Amino acid sequence: MSLNDILDRLFPAGHTVNVANSVITGHAQTVQGTVAVLGTTDAAAIDHAMALALADFVLDTVEQHPGRPLVFLVDTSGQALSRSQELLCLNGSLAHLASCVDLARRQGHPSIALVTANAVSGGFLSFGLMADQAYALADAQVRVMDLRAMARVTKIAHERLVELASTSPIFAPGADSYVRMGGIVAIWAGPSAELLASALADAATARAAGDRRQADGLTRGGRLLAAGIAQGIRNSAAGA
Amino acid sequence: MEILEFRFDSTPGARPNHPALCGVVGSGNLEILVQSGELPDCCQVHIKTSARGFGTTWQAVLGDFAASHAAGGTTIAINDMGATPAVVSLRLAQALAEYQGGAQ
Amino acid sequence: MSLSLASRHSWFEATARARIAGLLDAGSFTEWLPPAVSQPSPHLAQLDLPGAFDDGVVVGYGQLAQKLIFVIAQEGQFMGGAVGEIHGAKIVGTLRRAAEEKPAAVLFLIDSGGVRLHEANAGLIAISEIMRAVLDARAAGVPVVALIGGSCGAFGGMGIVAKLCSAIVISEEGRLALSGPEVIETVMGVEEFDSKDRALVWRVTGGKHRYLMGDCAVLVEDDVAAFRSGAADFLAAWDEPVPGIATLRARQRGLEARLAAYGALCDGLDVWAALGVAQPESVPLLDRDSLVALKEGLPT
Repeated sequence: MSLNDILDRLFPAGHTVNVANSVITGHAQTVQGTVAVLGTTDAAAIDHAMALALADFVLDTVEQHPGRPLVFLVDTSGQALSRSQELLCLNGSLAHLASCVDLARRQGHPSIALVTANAVSGGFLSFGLMADQAYALADAQVRVMDLRAMARVTKIAHERLVELASTSPIFAPGADSYVRMGGIVAIWAGPSAELLASALADAATARAAGDRRQADGLTRGGRLLAAGIAQGIRNSAAGA
Repeated sequence: MEILEFRFDSTPGARPNHPALCGVVGSGNLEILVQSGELPDCCQVHIKTSARGFGTTWQAVLGDFAASHAAGGTTIAINDMGATPAVVSLRLAQALAEYQGGAQ
Repeated sequence: MSLSLASRHSWFEATARARIAGLLDAGSFTEWLPPAVSQPSPHLAQLDLPGAFDDGVVVGYGQLAQKLIFVIAQEGQFMGGAVGEIHGAKIVGTLRRAAEEKPAAVLFLIDSGGVRLHEANAGLIAISEIMRAVLDARAAGVPVVALIGGSCGAFGGMGIVAKLCSAIVISEEGRLALSGPEVIETVMGVEEFDSKDRALVWRVTGGKHRYLMGDCAVLVEDDVAAFRSGAADFLAAWDEPVPGIATLRARQRGLEARLAAYGALCDGLDVWAALGVAQPESVPLLDRDSLVALKEGLPT
């Protein structure tokens, strides 16, 4: 599905969105009012320029439109792989982008992320997973690494990984694994203004509740240990 | 991975309450956790190792350790990533010394 | 002043537990979820791999210069310090506790290649949770200081986490980046990044380069005592800022200017020359004190 089709279905009341260097910035009308629309398309490999363009737009929104919701559209194959990018500390620009999304949250901007096609590793971490709530379209690819590459790196037989992936969401690529692990709230059959409206309505509550992903992963049976371990640390004998 | 369990007679030693950990589960290395055990003249050992088929070697190394140290009254848990017998012996002695040193 | 080799205790070679013991006031450390009460990762066992009792990270509290400090120390020798479900949850729990109890600081001893592939989804989500928890602790007024100088450096998602901290204390041996040189070489070819060219890897990702560029606040020798004094001195002079738009705007301008000035360069030597270093080829040979003096003399 093209970006324009996705935008038309999410925002039938209208959208004004610019795409430059695979970076989406703009605004759109929803039943909750005007929202900022931003993210990446064409399976962008996030580099300094993209991260800074997104960060700049988040800061503009915080400055010029207090409280305006942020709708992130995520289509990233990860981070740009190059020596010149690493030379200038690419992780630093991604951290800066994450900090800007976090500032928006603290300043009262609800945010949601919708994975439209691909969400991989560093690119996903820097903005999609920083939103209050993340969603994915049904055919979206969400992963750290595909199983063949994982088999090469871990030296575990591909067949064994495939077999385990059918029962465990812990490493199996796929949006449904991320739902069970608590990283993604829900999968949408397709882009929809109704689903978006309901997600935006939930986002404000989600923002107030803080990071609930460990608890969600436990409830959904995908991540059984994390919530208890984190709570165990908080309950350990006093530090002060 | 292979899981091995052993029990050796050993001279009773000091049994402080604080467990001791020695080593790291890195390539060619292992971690050893020594804790107070139930039987004062016995050393119980529980091993998880990445290298299969070395049960008799483990038995020999651990048997030597139990015979030459006052390791009675301990439970020893080991996570191993292919340490050599020499490294295992060294770490066992270190872990027990650290455990029993903690009694003072 | 340089330390004599004999008196040094290498941070690079020390285990996570040895680093903590040398970093904090003697005997002051108490561990949360210590090995005797925790279980190795069941996900590794499922893949037929032995785990570690602490899942490769040691967390707890102690004192640095008589102040209450929370500590997180990753063990680079176990699974490359990579973040799995339990490992990540221990870090998240410690950071959340810091936001509530407000110790003087959290010291985050990073030694990690990022996500543990054997638990990839749990690891990625955990790193996202760590990112938010670092920012929450900082917003609560608790400085979070990253200490980088282990064999695995700070890569992948942990490279992002490092740059979300209040500041980074790094040694010359420390490395900080997003993608590892091996990954870039595998995907893009050896012409793009020769991961076996150690000198090149250090000129692109190493502690001296990151310090010269201002990505790390403090450069220290590869020595446990040097990390201790580096962290203590930094904290003594630091007030954690309230998160605000002005700080991030200023950083945005700085990063844009840097990208415009140096974005086309591929080697530390070229960047250092552009920074105004008269003899960039001498930088890899300089000791720590000379490099700090060199940076202080650069035009800003």
